[in-house]
Amino acid sequence: MKKVLVRKNAYYDSVFLMLAAKAVKRLPGIQEAAVVMGTDVNLELLKGIGFFSGETALPKPNDLVIAIEGDPPEAVEEACRIAEETLKKKRERAGEDQEYQPVSLDGALKILPEANLVVISVPGPYAAREARRALKKGLHVMLFSDHVSVEDEVDLKERASEKGLLMMGPDCGTAIINGKPICFANVVRRGGIGLVAASGSGLQEVTCCIDRMEGGISQALGTGGRDLQDPRVRGRMMLLGIEALKHDPETRVIVVLSKPPAEESAAAVLSRLEETGKPCVVQFLGRKPLERRGAVWFSGNLEETAAMAVALSRGETPSPPFRSLSEEELSRTAETEAANMSRSQRYVRGLFAGGTLALETMFLFEQEGFKIRSNMAKGPGQALQSPHRSEGHTLLDLGDDVFTLGRPHPMIDPSLREERIAQEAADSETALLILDVVLGYGAHEDPCGSLAESIGKAKALVAARGGYLSVVASITGTEKDFQNRTEQKKKLESAGCLVMPSNTQAALLAVHIMKKAAQRWM
Amino acid sequence: MDVKKIHELFGKELKVINLGLASFAENLRKEKVHVLHMDWRPPAGGNKRLISLLDKLDQR
Repeated sequence: MKKVLVRKNAYYDSVFLMLAAKAVKRLPGIQEAAVVMGTDVNLELLKGIGFFSGETALPKPNDLVIAIEGDPPEAVEEACRIAEETLKKKRERAGEDQEYQPVSLDGALKILPEANLVVISVPGPYAAREARRALKKGLHVMLFSDHVSVEDEVDLKERASEKGLLMMGPDCGTAIINGKPICFANVVRRGGIGLVAASGSGLQEVTCCIDRMEGGISQALGTGGRDLQDPRVRGRMMLLGIEALKHDPETRVIVVLSKPPAEESAAAVLSRLEETGKPCVVQFLGRKPLERRGAVWFSGNLEETAAMAVALSRGETPSPPFRSLSEEELSRTAETEAANMSRSQRYVRGLFAGGTLALETMFLFEQEGFKIRSNMAKGPGQALQSPHRSEGHTLLDLGDDVFTLGRPHPMIDPSLREERIAQEAADSETALLILDVVLGYGAHEDPCGSLAESIGKAKALVAARGGYLSVVASITGTEKDFQNRTEQKKKLESAGCLVMPSNTQAALLAVHIMKKAAQRWM
Repeated sequence: MDVKKIHELFGKELKVINLGLASFAENLRKEKVHVLHMDWRPPAGGNKRLISLLDKLDQR
């Protein structure tokens, strides 16, 4: 039985909707459940699974649609009721701290005239419009939404630059302004290191590493991933961010982070950094570190970026390469991990929630001569036939649209990754799983508790076949994050997972283990 | 590049208007940030033609 409920003018945000859908999908007798707004894209998807066939009056983008398929009919009725109730409860909880929610920016500014930042996470097609309105009012903008065109991005950043306003994003997931974590961000100590990053999980990882090394953050600005990567955007926000940190008296060291940048944008950023007169550390992922240029240093990986910045903030001279574990220690652990693997276990499988963390791992493996297949691959021969099936050494960014369409991001909901852990464990060629866990605001409340169970099952399955599944992870987070890094680490370790102090270290250990595994059968 | 307004932001208490995911406003409140969450909905009922007309009026 199929049932559709449409509630006119009942708007809910995507996190609410996905949580309601998830609650309903788990109910007995339910085969298909969608809880969505009536946008064109969603209606097409629903038609694809047999809803709204031949109907003339279709829902509008402001209408809530609950579409359920299952048996018996009572189960479907019950599921509809639960979906509505979940949404209602969530909304009541969200609104309990605030009596009145204005419907327009003008209305909001009447209530909070001293507002200085607008955080926008509305659906992509409406996002640029809202950002433009906020800039017009002279407000700094953090635009979390993705699916904003590059033309809109250039236009927004030009407007912002003219007015001297921050236009962080689109697709900017994280920032720390005046010590306050915004969207997906960690609670870190304040200090003299300022960051501008065109990489969300990279910014989170580096700020957390700095915190662990007892350094502190003045400001951490996000630009959105395309700022340096797309030559049309020309690093506009990165350049403005550097200029702001140059004149900020609290910032003593400037860190710049990006996924592989466009050539001209990278050159412009480097010359701007040289002009700051402050010590700077640059991490362009996937690029070999250059020789130091005056006060501008180049790091080899994310963890080293943090170590160099902390040294510089203390007035010390950085001495790369930085390693928190010696070659000998890595080698010894690798030996033990590889000792009980069976002959068929030949490949690494990486399941990442953070795009930059996945990319760093891929580059570190490639530097060591491994041929990696990935959904992040740009070159021919590296792409997977299907992202849903691993081949050889495979590293996946599970936050990619191909995995998250209609599902929550793996940082919010571990279930996507848990399913894939089971899938990889069932493959007799899997030798090692490498994972990242990102804590902090925005992320799941107990990611390691949930993952530990899946890891335990995966290890047991491989052991029953006579092999040994090695699992290596890193946790991007701090003791002050509400999930607490130490507590989370204990949970992973109790499942037999090796938890490394950083993503870089996890990748290096994984490389060592895979080399040892290969040597055993030579 | 004039960064005066960015320094004003760095020098003052952060005050946020939030449009979209309500959880972002809840998290900022936990960090004692003054935040106002808007009851945002797609403008003009999501009608694209009407939105573009509204935008044209807005620019005048």
